[in-house]
Amino acid sequence: MTIKEIQEDIVDEFSMFEDWEERYQYMIDLGKTLPLIDEQYKTKDNIIKGCQSKVWVHAKMNDEKVVFTADSDAIITKGIIAILIRVFSNQSPKDIIEADTTFIDDIGLKEHLSPTRANGLVSMIKQLKMYAIAYQTQLN
Amino acid sequence: MMKINAPLQTLNVEKIRKDFPILLRKVNGKPLVYFDNAATSQTPQQVIDVIVDYYSNYNANIHRGVHTLSQEATDKYEHARDTIQRHFNAKHKHEIILTSGTTHGINLVASGFSSFLKKGDEVLVSALEHHSNIVPWQMLCERSGATLRVIPMNQEGELILSEYDKLLSDKTKLVFVNHISNALGTINPIEEIIKKAHNVGAAVLVDGAQACPHLKPDVQALDVDFYVTSAHKMCGPTGVGMLYGKEEWLKKLPPYQGGGEMIAEVTFEKTTYADLPHKFEAGTPNICGGIAFGAAVDYMNNIGFDAIAKYEHELLVYATQKLLDIHGLKIYGTAKNKTSVISFNLDGIHPYDIGTILDKMGIAVRTGHHCAQPIMDFYQIPGTVRASFAFYNTKEEIDKLVDGVKKAQRMLT
Repeated sequence: MTIKEIQEDIVDEFSMFEDWEERYQYMIDLGKTLPLIDEQYKTKDNIIKGCQSKVWVHAKMNDEKVVFTADSDAIITKGIIAILIRVFSNQSPKDIIEADTTFIDDIGLKEHLSPTRANGLVSMIKQLKMYAIAYQTQLN
Repeated sequence: MMKINAPLQTLNVEKIRKDFPILLRKVNGKPLVYFDNAATSQTPQQVIDVIVDYYSNYNANIHRGVHTLSQEATDKYEHARDTIQRHFNAKHKHEIILTSGTTHGINLVASGFSSFLKKGDEVLVSALEHHSNIVPWQMLCERSGATLRVIPMNQEGELILSEYDKLLSDKTKLVFVNHISNALGTINPIEEIIKKAHNVGAAVLVDGAQACPHLKPDVQALDVDFYVTSAHKMCGPTGVGMLYGKEEWLKKLPPYQGGGEMIAEVTFEKTTYADLPHKFEAGTPNICGGIAFGAAVDYMNNIGFDAIAKYEHELLVYATQKLLDIHGLKIYGTAKNKTSVISFNLDGIHPYDIGTILDKMGIAVRTGHHCAQPIMDFYQIPGTVRASFAFYNTKEEIDKLVDGVKKAQRMLT
């Protein structure tokens, strides 16, 4: 699936929720159930320090696709990470570089991606793109 | 410490709440419950009116103009300084320096002290400090070669005074402590801290940002050398605050910033500085803010600090009991003497998650390390949820907080 298609799927899924509680419960459950990163990658080098919550990101290249794993110490942040990983992981560097994240507004989670929120998510997206740029350079 | 003038009154909270238009707001569809008062307090209509009046009727630059508006603005600004002087019981009006806030006041003193300190001298700060209270002293020590030493705290979040005694010596030149801790609410025994520092000839700067919304410090009774605070913590606007300094200290300290207002005479060879307080008030000040600061002080005095302290203590006791009933909830900062601030965590849940769910329910709390990372390191936690209460809060609002925390716990575990 392309990034765009995955984003549309997510927007569809979220449209079924009737209120914020259902939306947040879904994200919390995502955060609880998914193993997002191998413990060995939760290193200092992979940490993105937000004022509020910490985020770890690891990337590797597999068959010209970038595979991301990530984690957070806060569960709602982790739920959002799960959504972002679903969108960005296993895609080509070029598609990752060109992708936008406006779908986050459509699913009612805009406030979590505010640069002033300091939960590490904005820096995380930047970091995903940086990895993609680095891998794109390698491919060229 | 507290100046008790007014007869004991009880608060008419219902009436008081009508003074604060923001309390009618809805957040995420729910009536706002504002429990982030330790970060900034809300502004009553009486203070908002003063701000509107200033810009509508007499906005002008002060001190130098000969025209009517300038004179009116100057009179009101200086009247605010009088109000603030009376409130803190400073001996002289010129001991009140209007600043941009607490951080500005601290930096002004730290910068001035760098010319007095030398290698081997020591500056003591408490373990309960806000970042803004640590960094300027680290910078000062780097510049001057002095050593920064820390007065440790115990598990309850109280300073260990026996350790303070051991740290004090003739090397100690300055002691820096907050009156009340922003992260834990501990009220520090500043009278004793000041007396002991003076015994070894050290000066004391007290950060009163968290204290001034709750009590009325008497700087002469405390015999404090410097006292700083911000208006926005006590119903005033942001961007304005006060530095009180004893006259002899303010005369000794060099000016902090150069500019207009702070000079007496300027030639290219030499400048002579203006008298106090203008020596420390370079440039056009926050005129409207200063005037509104005075109005905020008046507003709070009209309500009465004794009544405020009594009512807020009731809220603290009520909230503490209710929150401790929640299984797995731990309160950080359990000092015997504390103000209406509760820092807490739920077992196994990140404070950010709790704060996010509470916000969805219209409840504003602060989460994170509260700019006091060393305290969080002490307890080995990433941060806390902090609910801080003001005199316009109610027990019904605390019930909503308790319900919200329970809901967050259900959702997150």
